[in-house]
Amino acid sequence: MRPDSRGYFGEFGGRFVPEVLVGALEELELAMNEAFADPAFWEEYEAILRDFVGRPSPLYAAQRYLAGISAAPLLLKREDLNHTGAHKINNTVGQGLLAQRMGKRRIIAETGAGQHGVATATVGAKLGMTVDVFMGASDVERQALNVYIMNLLGARVHPVTGGTQTLKDATNEAFRQWAAHVEDTFYVIGSVVGAHPYPYMVREFQKVIGVEARSQCLARYGRLPSDVIACVGGGSNAMGIFAGFVDDPGVRLWGVEAAGEGLEGAHTAASLGAGSVGVLHGSRSYLLQDADGQVSETHSISAGLDYPGVGPEHAYLKQTGRATYVAVTDAQALEAFFALAALEGIVPALESAHAIAFARELALERDSDDLIVVNLSGRGDKDIDQVRSAYPSRSAE
Amino acid sequence: MLESVFRRARERGRAAFIPYVMAGDPDLATTAAIFDTLANAGVDAIEVGVPYGDPLADGPTIAAAGVRALRAGTRMAGVLRLVGQGRERGWPPIVLFTYYNPVYRFGIRRLAEAAAAAGVAGVIVPDVALEEGAELRGALIANAVEMPLLVAPSTTRDRASRIAAQATGFVYVVSRLGVTGAGTEPDFSPLGSQIATMRALTDKPLAVGFGVSKVEHVRAVAPLADGIIVGSALIDAYGGSAGEAAAARVRSFVEPLLLGACRS
Repeated sequence: MRPDSRGYFGEFGGRFVPEVLVGALEELELAMNEAFADPAFWEEYEAILRDFVGRPSPLYAAQRYLAGISAAPLLLKREDLNHTGAHKINNTVGQGLLAQRMGKRRIIAETGAGQHGVATATVGAKLGMTVDVFMGASDVERQALNVYIMNLLGARVHPVTGGTQTLKDATNEAFRQWAAHVEDTFYVIGSVVGAHPYPYMVREFQKVIGVEARSQCLARYGRLPSDVIACVGGGSNAMGIFAGFVDDPGVRLWGVEAAGEGLEGAHTAASLGAGSVGVLHGSRSYLLQDADGQVSETHSISAGLDYPGVGPEHAYLKQTGRATYVAVTDAQALEAFFALAALEGIVPALESAHAIAFARELALERDSDDLIVVNLSGRGDKDIDQVRSAYPSRSAE
Repeated sequence: MLESVFRRARERGRAAFIPYVMAGDPDLATTAAIFDTLANAGVDAIEVGVPYGDPLADGPTIAAAGVRALRAGTRMAGVLRLVGQGRERGWPPIVLFTYYNPVYRFGIRRLAEAAAAAGVAGVIVPDVALEEGAELRGALIANAVEMPLLVAPSTTRDRASRIAAQATGFVYVVSRLGVTGAGTEPDFSPLGSQIATMRALTDKPLAVGFGVSKVEHVRAVAPLADGIIVGSALIDAYGGSAGEAAAARVRSFVEPLLLGACRS
């Protein structure tokens, strides 16, 4: 669906930003509408996705992961095979082209683990634009490899020392920098969050995942899947794949949040599962917060899901019941991470491992020929150091 | 009514001087002592920050003050209790400055009623732009609490006109792009035409803020605007101290600025 003229999906979304940014958001919305109506824009986007990103990504029938549970394979949408190793680049290609079309020479981005930062820096290098990435100081330390890659790609990385020094604070700082340089700067948001039109625009740039997956499934099996599963932090890979199936009422949509150590405690990142309605980073949605409206610190083993908010369209899909949101703990995600590597020869990102873990639970309840699609949103190379330091002897098991 | 604040200042030959103080930084007792000092110094109104952990319109000074205040346990209810002492202690009119999420969680109607009961003159919520403000504006007006709105250098004339029409109390003129804070030396040369544009659109008082940190800045703005808001520089002046020591620093910082606001 399209949000209404004020950027709302039902009661979620909107544009809660300082006045200084309103003009820039209106300018962006106009430029986006023009670009979206221009076939030449989409031709260029599609050509880059094909030749530079490597699309279409395969819908791979994994045979062993569900063995003993289901006769059907688990269908993995292989976003991990994209250039830069995740779905993030679909969006940065789109926003980069839009920035170019608007005549902006400088792009800025926030990043948590560094995946969106790398995807933005990559597109910036390709399009010849100046890139500044804001990253929490503690993430800069934890993700030194991605910082190096961004530098290699010509981007400047600015450590953010305020607040919790993670993704939320990097996003705050990117908004502030945008406010200060709003005339020549384009802010490339990395998920379906932020003020209108970002949630809608980012979803449109990620929709290619769902459109491809649907036609690949139909072409190969002659029918639609029973279920589509994706992990949800801010929620861009999930909105991307859901968008291909949301008008197929028979296809159940599942968003898998990071429970962290469990939904009941303070160490979670499940905004829809454990949060309440509020406003963060420009839109009304669910977020993890205290009774006074102060945003909570979050925890997930996966940096990409470690965010207190979630895109407003997910809040809407939850409210209408069109999608169901569940949560998977750190331990369950790790188990799926190891299992997919050992059984399928695919090391998933820890984010995607949350979706993989839930697929197994769901398959237990499904008929054995039901097709389940999982969005394998990214590859796990970035997580190897973290997992290895926790489980140094895993290879011997 | 906040308009009378500006009228009285004008009668005294100066722009209204409105300092911004973060409530509860480092504790509410210090904030009360600072309010006493500001009242004695003769400031025209006080803007009081209700701390929020993710303040998108604020630079590092106010963001850090907010973190200190939150760490001390400062929340909306405590700030309203503090402001409620204003009548008996002779404080000037007080305007709350906070963000939408703490207001939303407190309850929009509940906040409007509690603010009125505490004698709050106005509420500024910088991340509620014109389009999202109807509910809050309605609740505040119903309780005779005013809601000044912000215009920025990037605001179009047509939009500025609509903002000025909806603002109550005064229009907060943001003097530059970006966030609050004393940073690089500000350039007030475009301010003259920004103010002239606003004067053509509205008769409501215009108060200038963001980046006004020194007495020279106050002198530059005073002939143009009806009011001047100084926040980050004041917090820089007393930050790290508490109680009477903080109040003394506030006094020595504010006195020359108050003189600078005189137009003669």
